[in-house]
Amino acid sequence: MEAMCAAAAAASEAGSPWFFNPCLVLSEAPRWVEGVWITLHLTALALVFGFVLALPMACARAARAPVVDTLVRGYVYVFRGSPLLVQLFLIYYGLAQFGFVRDSLLWPVLRDAWWCCLIAFTLNSAAYQTEILRGALVATAKGDREACAALGMSPWLAARRVLIPGALRRALPQLGNETVFMLHGSAIASLVTIQDILGVGRLVNGRYYVVYEGLLTAAALYMALTWLVVWGVARLERRYLRHLAR
Amino acid sequence: MEALIGAGPLLLQGFWVTVSVAVLALALASVLGALAAAARLGGGPVGRGAAAAYSTVVRGIPDLVTILIIYFAGQRLVNALAGAVGLEGVDVSAYAAGVLAIGFIYGAYLAETFRGAWLAVPRGQIEAGVALGLSRSRLLWRIAAPQLMRHALPGYANVWQVLVKSTAVVSVIGLSDLVGLALKVGRRERDPFTFMLAVLVAYLLITAVSGWALARAEKRLARGT
Repeated sequence: MEAMCAAAAAASEAGSPWFFNPCLVLSEAPRWVEGVWITLHLTALALVFGFVLALPMACARAARAPVVDTLVRGYVYVFRGSPLLVQLFLIYYGLAQFGFVRDSLLWPVLRDAWWCCLIAFTLNSAAYQTEILRGALVATAKGDREACAALGMSPWLAARRVLIPGALRRALPQLGNETVFMLHGSAIASLVTIQDILGVGRLVNGRYYVVYEGLLTAAALYMALTWLVVWGVARLERRYLRHLAR
Repeated sequence: MEALIGAGPLLLQGFWVTVSVAVLALALASVLGALAAAARLGGGPVGRGAAAAYSTVVRGIPDLVTILIIYFAGQRLVNALAGAVGLEGVDVSAYAAGVLAIGFIYGAYLAETFRGAWLAVPRGQIEAGVALGLSRSRLLWRIAAPQLMRHALPGYANVWQVLVKSTAVVSVIGLSDLVGLALKVGRRERDPFTFMLAVLVAYLLITAVSGWALARAEKRLARGT
């Protein structure tokens, strides 16, 4: 291993532009594992918290609740209409300038880049998931509602037992897309010092003065995770959307 | 606030950089998308394989990573090639790399849009054109293209909206776009919040205006249906 790495380093120093030194990647293995964990952790938490925020907002929009509907529409419009990076910068660089933020109890949270990422990603994902869930709720078959009414279900019971489970099934493919979108979007966390997959890639590049090793490894890891998500969603679809299978 | 107004002309420059990167990238993406769709539909096994690989790779990697790879690895390759033929190293411009990368990424998405639109044109119409003895190019322009545009526009509009937002990351490779300039000046003026908020509003403006224009175009192309 050592000898191989020395040979690789020599070839690399000779300046072959095509050369990819796997030793640089392998020698940082623990960092890569850590990076994958940070990416997955951030993405998963943002999706889950986003979902928790999105579900009531989607119900309010689907039910056309007065005032709330308008507010939620505004929220969704702002967060879907602007880049995630700008939202992150607004929270990470922007909030810190206000004295009342620095004096507040939340400052230990807002000072931390990781939390800023989680907040930005959650708010962003909540907006996208609201739209997805709203569409799925609105698409509920008329017969479903009528059956609920005929059985004397209260609106809350109908929502819990029939309307929301049905909507979640219909939303499954788009929620899968949102998962991939968030996984990819989370790469910008590396721009605010987080050592996620891309962060480690850039660190490796910087430390060894190389170009390909860090970035291509990061790309390969993201691709593998994307395939994992796509495969997982396909499995879920096979299970929960069996009635639509061709 | 005064700092923001004072920086107005500079930010306007950044705004134009952002918009021009987006528009040029869309043009490149359209060309690449059309090529990939054509390869996918009738390119033989090699063409189909290449188009499928293009789409899989691009969709699997975050935009930011693709942009960094194209910029840094592209620089390295260009230098190596220049060195091989005995020239001095050339600087790859961040602007060109940004346009290239974003066009490359969204070409893969447009390929799907174009392919779907082509498949949505009823076969009978193409056959009718052939039966009338139209040449290939006339068939394409007079029969297929108007319907292609109609079917492709909703997807095209979608891709444009996503593409515009993805231009925010080009500041990472040192381009003085709206985000990069606003962050730099905002931090210097100790007021990044106001500057970033202005950027957010600018992006909302772009998406709103282009959304409105595209909805109109959609209506126009769909007239008579």
